[in-house]
Amino acid sequence: MLATSPRLRATGLRIVQAIPVVIGVVVISFLLTRALPGDPAVYFAGVAADADSIEQTRVAMGLDKPMAQQFLIYVGDLLQGDLGQSLSSGRSVAEDLAKRLPASLELTLTALLLAIAIAVPLGVLAATRPGTWVDHLCRVVVTAGVSLPTFFTGILLIYVFYYLLGIAPSPLGRLDFIYLDPDHVTGFYLIDAALMGDWETWRGAAKQLILPAGTLALFTLAPIARMTRAAMLSALSSDFIRTARAAGLSNRTVLFRYAFRNALLPVVTTLGMVFSFALGANVLVEKVFAWPGIGSYAVEALVVSDYAAVQGFVLAMALLFVALNLVIDLLYTAIDPRIGFSSK
Amino acid sequence: MTEVSQQQASKTRGNYDHILYVLRANPVTLIAFGMFALLIFSAVFGPMLVPYDPLATNASNALQPPSAAHWFGTDNVGRDVFSRVIVATRLDLSISVAAVALSFIVGSILGCVAGYWGGWLDIILNRFLDTIMAFPLFVLAMGIVAALGNTIENIIYATAIINMPFYARLVRAEVNIRRDAGFARAAKLAGNSDVRVLALHIFPNALPPMMVQVSLNLGWAILNAAGLSFIGLGVSPPTAEWGIMVAEGANFIVSGEWWLAVFPGLWLMIAVFTFNLLGDGLRDIVDPRKRT
Repeated sequence: MLATSPRLRATGLRIVQAIPVVIGVVVISFLLTRALPGDPAVYFAGVAADADSIEQTRVAMGLDKPMAQQFLIYVGDLLQGDLGQSLSSGRSVAEDLAKRLPASLELTLTALLLAIAIAVPLGVLAATRPGTWVDHLCRVVVTAGVSLPTFFTGILLIYVFYYLLGIAPSPLGRLDFIYLDPDHVTGFYLIDAALMGDWETWRGAAKQLILPAGTLALFTLAPIARMTRAAMLSALSSDFIRTARAAGLSNRTVLFRYAFRNALLPVVTTLGMVFSFALGANVLVEKVFAWPGIGSYAVEALVVSDYAAVQGFVLAMALLFVALNLVIDLLYTAIDPRIGFSSK
Repeated sequence: MTEVSQQQASKTRGNYDHILYVLRANPVTLIAFGMFALLIFSAVFGPMLVPYDPLATNASNALQPPSAAHWFGTDNVGRDVFSRVIVATRLDLSISVAAVALSFIVGSILGCVAGYWGGWLDIILNRFLDTIMAFPLFVLAMGIVAALGNTIENIIYATAIINMPFYARLVRAEVNIRRDAGFARAAKLAGNSDVRVLALHIFPNALPPMMVQVSLNLGWAILNAAGLSFIGLGVSPPTAEWGIMVAEGANFIVSGEWWLAVFPGLWLMIAVFTFNLLGDGLRDIVDPRKRT
């Protein structure tokens, strides 16, 4: 059954390939938790600990056991969704992360959609009209976009739109305090508010979201536009496009049915790298805009040396990234026209 | 003998002409070289030339907008922003150069070993690199600094670790395709040891693409280090560093004192921009086909 459908087999193979990566990620985050400065037992026992209570903590945490056994315990805890206790909030890290994850996802996904919506048409236009102002604009945006530190762009946008023009709300979180939080359904304020039919709140949430999402989009736009332009150029100069043009197909058909569909493949592949940048930049943007996501949670935890929270965050981000890469690769097999043709 | 030296001369001439041609065709690269020289100049001589002590506070002169006396204004405790921005160049460049040098060396050695001998070494290295790349890289750097301790050296190590896979993969590919090339076999037959063939005959071929990677990477390393210090890792407050200056200035942006954050951010941007342009220019010189 599996062998008969190449698409299914490619999908299965890709999922199997993700397993060693996940194992590697877990091993590295285990090493990071055990590489804490000094003795973790001394740290977790607290400031007022004496030799006795440190020893108790060591036994309680299982730090007296051999490394391999500690690793097995760590994996066992992970499988039960236990990432340890956060010292600053007093709750379990997994609970904290789950509560704050929707805010981060809403920000990152909005930014990515925004970036794709601008970058792909820009890249296509630049490739079809080389040497015109669109092409030059594309080049400037691409070079400036990768050079702009996200935290700096964010601050500039706050200065211009909040202080000078006064059209943006104050950069403090997801929703101004005059609005009530929408009922929790998905955790995405835009979707939740829309579900309630509360358009006043929806507008408030959208206003808060637009600047941070714009900042992140400016940063992620550059690699997508660059790749779209390059892929479109190489697709347009290939033989099958010449043949299609010679056969008298309309410009539109050649551009979208033949060139764009093939150019899409390398673009989807770069999305993996773009996600890596976006998830990292997300931390900085959340700090600038006081956005209550998992990035600012990790930054707050770093300041008070709450290591369990930081390491939980790193692991959660890595697993999220592995999952996103998996989705991208599955999308790739879904849109790859060659796989489609060979299965017919 | 004379024939050989003539050939040699015409070859270097050809290279020289090619570089001149590329520079003429793309004046932006020339500008990038100029900006690069300026950055190096302010890193080396900046601390000697700045008009004020970057750490000297003056409460009566706090939060002054840019003026003739203070080109970039003064910050909340009366320090001269211009002096601090220029002095910070040395620290920011040192961090990124040290990190890139470290990842260059470690990446080269790992890539050479895996590319030349292959086998299980290669498999293990690839798995290891895949695992590093499976993390969002900035987040991994945060985790490493949090685990190793909050110091400037650890910022360098973390930045080096997240950059290392790019070098190792590049070197591995370049070494692997030349492992059985005629010149490598000839060198081996002439009695050279494996390590000698690898280091003196094969590895130098990987240097041109590596240089391009270094230049593009330096900009990214500066961004990373500044980002880490922006969220409070590594460099501690009174020190002049671009990331931390932007972070401190961010508190004043909502009340309109823009110069505190904008000038260090602008300098950071110019530095990254320079390295990116330089990398693109170098790539045009080294490999004209990859031009986009």
